[in-house]
Amino acid sequence: MVDIATRPPIDWSTPAARARRKSRYAANRRLQAYGIAAISLAIGLLGILIISLIATGYSAFVTTRITVDFPISTEYVNPEDPARGNYRAVVKAGIEELFPNVTGPDERALGQLLTNNTQFMVRDAVVADPSVIGGKLSLSVPASDPFDQLNKGLVDRNTPEDERRVTDQQIQWFDQLEAEGRVSTPFNWGLFFNSDSRFPELAGLAGAIVGSFYALLVCFLVAFPIGIAAAIYLEEFAPRNRWTDLIEVNINNLAAVPSIVFGLLGLAVFLNFIGLPRSAPLVGGLVLALMTLPTIIIVTRASLKAIPPSIREAGLGIGASKHQMVMHHVLPLALPGILTGTIIGLAQALGETAPLLLIGMNAFITSPPGGILDAATALPTQVFIWADSPERGFVALTSAGILVLLGFLIIMNSIAIFLRQRLERSW
Amino acid sequence: MNDASMSAEMTANLSKSLDFDQAAKPKVVAKDVNVFYGEKQALFDVSIDIVEKSVTAFIGPSGCGKSTFLRCINRMNDTIEGCVVKGGISLDGDDIYAPSLDVVELRARVGMVFQKPNPFPKSIYENVSYGPRIHGLARGKTELDEIVESSLKRAGLWEEVKDRLNEPGTGLSGGQQQRLCIARAIAVSPEVILMDEPCSALDPIATARIEELIDELRANFTIIIVTHSMQQAARVSQRTAFFHLGILVELGATEQIFTNPSDKRTQDYITGRFG
Amino acid sequence: MAGYAFLLIALMTTAAYLLGRGRGARIWAGGDGSKVHSLPGYHGAFVAAWVGIPAFILGLFWLFLQGPIIDQFLIASLPTSMTDGATASQINLLVSEIKNVAAGQVFKEPTPDIVAAAERYELWGQIARWAMIVVALAVMVVALSFARSRLAPRFRARNAFEHVLSGLMIFCSVVAIATTIGIVSSLVFEAWRFFTMVPVTEFLFGLRWEPQIALRDDQVAGLGAFGAIPVFTGTILIAFLAMLVATPIGIFTAIYLVEYSSDRARKIIKPIMEILAGVPTVVYGFFAVLTVAPAIREFGGLIGIAVSPNSAIAAGGVMGIMIIPFISSLSDDALNAVPRSMRDGSLALGATPSETMIKVLLPAALPGIVGGVLLGVSRAIGETMIVVMAAGLIASLTLNPLDSVTTVTVQIVTLLIGDTEFDSPKTLAAFALGLVLFLVTLCLNVIALRIVRKYREQYD
Repeated sequence: MVDIATRPPIDWSTPAARARRKSRYAANRRLQAYGIAAISLAIGLLGILIISLIATGYSAFVTTRITVDFPISTEYVNPEDPARGNYRAVVKAGIEELFPNVTGPDERALGQLLTNNTQFMVRDAVVADPSVIGGKLSLSVPASDPFDQLNKGLVDRNTPEDERRVTDQQIQWFDQLEAEGRVSTPFNWGLFFNSDSRFPELAGLAGAIVGSFYALLVCFLVAFPIGIAAAIYLEEFAPRNRWTDLIEVNINNLAAVPSIVFGLLGLAVFLNFIGLPRSAPLVGGLVLALMTLPTIIIVTRASLKAIPPSIREAGLGIGASKHQMVMHHVLPLALPGILTGTIIGLAQALGETAPLLLIGMNAFITSPPGGILDAATALPTQVFIWADSPERGFVALTSAGILVLLGFLIIMNSIAIFLRQRLERSW
Repeated sequence: MNDASMSAEMTANLSKSLDFDQAAKPKVVAKDVNVFYGEKQALFDVSIDIVEKSVTAFIGPSGCGKSTFLRCINRMNDTIEGCVVKGGISLDGDDIYAPSLDVVELRARVGMVFQKPNPFPKSIYENVSYGPRIHGLARGKTELDEIVESSLKRAGLWEEVKDRLNEPGTGLSGGQQQRLCIARAIAVSPEVILMDEPCSALDPIATARIEELIDELRANFTIIIVTHSMQQAARVSQRTAFFHLGILVELGATEQIFTNPSDKRTQDYITGRFG
Repeated sequence: MAGYAFLLIALMTTAAYLLGRGRGARIWAGGDGSKVHSLPGYHGAFVAAWVGIPAFILGLFWLFLQGPIIDQFLIASLPTSMTDGATASQINLLVSEIKNVAAGQVFKEPTPDIVAAAERYELWGQIARWAMIVVALAVMVVALSFARSRLAPRFRARNAFEHVLSGLMIFCSVVAIATTIGIVSSLVFEAWRFFTMVPVTEFLFGLRWEPQIALRDDQVAGLGAFGAIPVFTGTILIAFLAMLVATPIGIFTAIYLVEYSSDRARKIIKPIMEILAGVPTVVYGFFAVLTVAPAIREFGGLIGIAVSPNSAIAAGGVMGIMIIPFISSLSDDALNAVPRSMRDGSLALGATPSETMIKVLLPAALPGIVGGVLLGVSRAIGETMIVVMAAGLIASLTLNPLDSVTTVTVQIVTLLIGDTEFDSPKTLAAFALGLVLFLVTLCLNVIALRIVRKYREQYD
C-alpha cells in the first residue's frame, strides 16, 4: 500500500486531469444556470401576473359618461313632491331631444346607451336642487357597459354585428354623441365611492372597503391583545412543562391549518351555534382573528426572545416585580417588532378569502355596512364575486379591484417595513 | 520565470536581514500583500517566504491579521464578500492570484485545517474519501480504500476508527474529529497544509497528540500553523513569524525569535507585556 | 342596548379605578409611607379588575345565551297545535317567521297566534336586555364594595393585581387551544351526523361523488352519491402538479441565493419572492382563469390536444407559483442553517461550489428541505381560492392533468355557499370533507414541523 504522504501531488497538466477539471466546472456552471433559470421563471411569472392585471384592469379606472340635457317638465315632476315624479318619462324625453328622428322600437335601443339607473340619478339631482323643475337639467350620466367598452376600444367594430353587444345603429348614435362633444371619459371615482351593483358601470368597492375595514378592526381588537398576552405568558412566565409544550405545538400547528377549516369553524360555531348574523363583518373579523392569532403570538415571542436577558436582570435587580419588569422594560422594547408582525398578519388577513365565503361575506349587497353586524362583503370576496360575473365589464372591474387590494397590501407592508427599519434596534 | 527570480531575490533579502539558512527552498512567497475588508484594511504590506517541508508558525495577539493572511494562501478569503487582496503570493513560482489560476487546483495543493473541527455530517469513510472522489484520485474502490486507510494512518486515527468507518464523523471526540479533518486534508496529497489554530478547541491531551502529528507530517508537507499559544509555536515550528496590527513584525528561526528577538514589539509580546 | 351595557361596564371600571386609587393615595398619605405595600395605582387597578372583569364576562355570556334561551321559551310557549309533529326545520321556520313579524317585516298576513308570539318575543327581549344591565350593575356594585373594603396599608394590592393579570394571560394563551378544540369538535360533531346518514366506508371508498342529487328529500344518500374517492384523487392530482412546479423552482432558487448570488442580487431577489408570497390567493385564482387556463388551452389547440377549460394543470400550475416562495424560503433557511465551517471545509479541499452544494450542503440540509416540501404539500392540499376559481366542480375519477377535476376544498365551498341547512347530508358532507382535510394537513404539519425542529436542534 502506498503511503499517502509519499504519494506525489496531483498532476494537473495531464489531459485526463484537464478534461476532468473542465467537466467539473461545467457542472458548476450548469447548477448556477438552473438557479438563474428558476429565479427568472419565478420573477417572470410574477411579471406576467402583474402585467395581465394592469392590462385588463386599467380601463376600469376611467368611466364613460354621456352628458344629456333632461327637460324637467312639471308634467312629470310635481314641484311639491319632487321625489315621486315620473323620471322614466323624463329620461325618455331627454333622449328624444338628442335624437328627435328616432321613433318606435329603435327608441328602446337608444335607451340602452345610458345606464339602467339613469332615472334615479336624475331624481336625486332634482331632489337636491328643485329649482331646475320646469327648466333643463344637464347631467353627465354613465354610459351602459357595452358602450363603455366601445368607448374604451374594447369592442372591435370590425366583428360581425351579431357577435357583439352593440348594433351598428347604436354605434352610429354613439359616434354622433361623441361628435357633439357629449361623451367624456373622466376618472372613475365610482370605483371607490359606489357599492356593488349588477351593472358594471355602476359597481364600486365602497361596500367592500368598509366591510374589510370593519372585519380587520374586529380582527385587530381581538387578536392583538389576546395574542400579546398569550405570547408574554408563554415567553416570560410559563414554566416549561408538558402543558406549555402542548400549547406551543398547538400554536405552531394552528398557524398551518388551511384557512377554509377556520371558515368551517366560523360557520359551525359563530353562525350555527351562537347564532351571530350571517355575512356580518363581526363574524368575519372573529374568524380572521383566530387565524391571525398564531401569527401574532409567534412574532411577539420572537420579538421578546430578541430582548437580551441583561435587560430583564437589570429590571429585577433593582427590585421590580416580574410583571413590572416585563411591562416597563421588555414589552416596550419588543413593541416595534410586535407591531411589524401584527401589521403583516393583518395584511394576510386582508387578503384572506376562503373562510369569508363560508360565513356568507360573498353576498350581493348594494350599500356599505353601517356597523359590524350588517351584512357586508370584503375586498377579496368582492373580487371573487366580480370574477364570477358574466358581463364583460366585470373582467376589467375584477382586475381593478385586485389592483386596489394589492395597493392596500403594499401600503400595509410598507408601513411594516418602515416601522422595522425605523424603530427596531439590534442588540 | 519572473516570479522565480523575484522569490530568489526576496529570499536573499530576507536571509540577509534575518540571518536565515539560505539552502532551504521557499515554497510560498508573498510580496507586499495588503488585505481589505470593505473599508477596513486588515494587512499592511506583508512579505514573507515559507520554507518547504518545515513548520512555520504565525503568532501574534488576536486580530493581528495572522488568520487573514493564512486564508490568503489558499484564497479562502474569496468566499468572504467585500474582501480584497492586493499584492502577490506565489506557490512554487505560480502566482496564486493570477486570473488564469484555478482555485480548485490551488486548494487541492494547499489544504486547510480549521480552528473548530468541522467534519461533514457523513461517515468517517466518506469524510476522508470526499476529496479524492471530487478530484478523481482513485481509479476504483480498492484504491480509494487504500487512500482512506493510508490517510487515517498518517493522521494517527486508523487504529481508533478502523472498525467503525461507516459511523458518522460527528460522533468522534473533538481531538479525533480534528485528526479526521487532518486525514481529510492529506487525502488529496496537498503540498502545503494550512492550520488555523487547530488545537484551540481541544483539551491538552488531544493537543499534544496533534502537535506530535504535525511534527511527523513535516517530513512530507510544508505546514503553516496559526497559533495563539507561544509554547505551541516553540514546540512544533522551525520558523516563526510575529504579526502585530496587520503588520509582519518579525520572521526568523523559532529559537531566535523566542530567545533573541530583534524587534521590541516581539520581545514585549513573548514576555507577556501585551496580547 | 348591549353597546350601552358595555359602555356602562367601562365607565364603572374607570370609576372603580379612580376610587381605588384615591383610597390608596389617602392610605399612602395617612400612614407611615414605609409601611404601605403598594402604590396607589395598584390599589386602583385591583378594584377596577374586580369590578370590570366579572361584569364583562357576565355580559358576554348573557349576549351569547340570551338568543337561544329566549328561543327555547318561545317554542315552549307556542300552542301545542303548532308544534305537535313538526320537524326541527319546520319549528326553525316558525321561529324565524315570528322574529320577522317582531321586527316589523310582514310578508303575508300572520295568524293571531304568531302575532301574540311575536309580542311575547319582543317583550322577553326587552326584559332580558334590561335584566342584563341590572344584573351587571348589581355585580359591579357588590364587587366594588368588596374590593374597596380590602384596601389597607399592608394589603398587597400589587401582588393581587398581578395575580389577576397572570390569570388573564393564561386565559389568553388557552384561546389557541380552545380554537383547536373548537375546530376538532365542530368538525367531528357535524361529520358524525353525516356518517349517521352516509356510512363511513361509503364516504371513504365510494367512487361516485354527486352531492347535488341528495338535495331532494326522498333521495337522501346511500345511493353512492357521497363516495369521496374522486374528490381525493382530484386533490392529490392538483397538489402533485403544484409541487411539480414549486419544488424544483423553489429549491434551485434557494441554491442560487445561498451559493451563487451576490449580496446585492440577494437584496433584490428576496423581496420579490416575498411579494410572490404576499399576493392573496384570490388573485392567483383570477390569474389562472384570466391568463393561464386560456393560454394552456390555446397551446393545446395548437398541437392538437383537447384541454378542458378548467384543466387540472392550470389550477395546479398556478398553485405551484404560489408555493414557490414558500419552498424557496424554507430551503434557504435550511441551507443557511448548515454551519459555515462545513462549506469552508469542502471549499478548502478544492471542491467547486456545485460540489460543495450537492455533496455537502444539500445532504446536510435535506431534513429541513423535506420538512419545507411537506409543509408545501399541506398548503397545496388546503389551498382553496385558486381551485375554487380555476378547477372544476364535477368529480371525475381521472389522473389526466388536461381534464377537469375537483378538490376537497372546492367541494366544501360549493356545498356551503348560499343557504345552509344543518340537517341535510349535503351540508354535513362538507364538514366530513373538512375533517379529512384537517386530519391530513395536521399529520403533514406535525411531521414536517417535527423534522424541521429536530434538524435545527442538530446545529444549534
